[in-house]
Amino acid sequence: MTPPQIADPPRVNHGHGRVAAVAGVLGEVLVTLGVLMGLFVVWQLWWTDVVAGRAQAQIVEDLGWQSAAPAPTTEPTTDPTTDPTTPPSPPAPVEHRTAAPVIAEPAHAVTFAVMYVPRWGDTAMPVSEGTTKHDVLDAKGIGHYDGTAMPGAIGNFSVAGHRTTYAKPFNRIAELEVGDPIVVRTQDTWYVYRVTSSQVVKPWQTDVIDPVPGTPGATPTVAMMTMTTCHPMYSAAERYIVHSELDYWMAASEGTPVELEGKG
Amino acid sequence: MYAALWRVLPGPTWLRALILVLLAAAVVVACFAWVFPALAPYMPFNDVTVQ
Repeated sequence: MTPPQIADPPRVNHGHGRVAAVAGVLGEVLVTLGVLMGLFVVWQLWWTDVVAGRAQAQIVEDLGWQSAAPAPTTEPTTDPTTDPTTPPSPPAPVEHRTAAPVIAEPAHAVTFAVMYVPRWGDTAMPVSEGTTKHDVLDAKGIGHYDGTAMPGAIGNFSVAGHRTTYAKPFNRIAELEVGDPIVVRTQDTWYVYRVTSSQVVKPWQTDVIDPVPGTPGATPTVAMMTMTTCHPMYSAAERYIVHSELDYWMAASEGTPVELEGKG
Repeated sequence: MYAALWRVLPGPTWLRALILVLLAAAVVVACFAWVFPALAPYMPFNDVTVQ
């Protein structure tokens, strides 16, 4: 088999041959760039999902907070000192509407909570401190805006997450409707928020994560949560914002919120 | 460019093709592991925060 003939154009006219050679190389460079850009899209939309999805599932697993419900029936290798003391039927869920226990803000990039959105399924999404891209949003998923309230606190617990890339935790944010539960769990406490509103804002409208959104400097009286992500999808011209308010809290030892039952 | 590369490669056709496949795979791996992660922060569609 002979090599492709395009390599050796007939050198009838020296000047034309040189132009053709330059044009040929230029064409090959452009085609190569096109292929590389296509590869970048594949990497960004698919591979970052694969990598970040694995990493975030591992983070949730490493937290070791999985409630008794999904425990496997056969556990020959697990530590026998952990579970046998758990009573066979957990106490009835208790929905507290008093002031919720609040944990201190952790160090940067530390995962301190998991979030469940029942409308999206039963996936547990880790929530980590900070909103920098390379070490939190791209690697660990949902990030908590520094200095905003912690889960359950009076004020505005504000988080950001990717919508189309890096495991896209907030991919289906536009499906959320008023009243939808959003469940946040820290090590010891469940917090059940309910969606109150959605809006699209410009990227510089930071007032959406103020303690009282839209009223800078006001003293908050309710515990709310704000989720931010990019909008429209595959762009970042605007931000999609979902506000919610704390409905009730429950100690992790008191069971699992009914909002999560039947989603296993 | 690619014709020159083909001429430079040693061996019979099947070996050259094999080397090209391996080279392409190496380029993909290098892009996925280092090049694209370095470029991603400059892309305009990954901003999810208000600031």
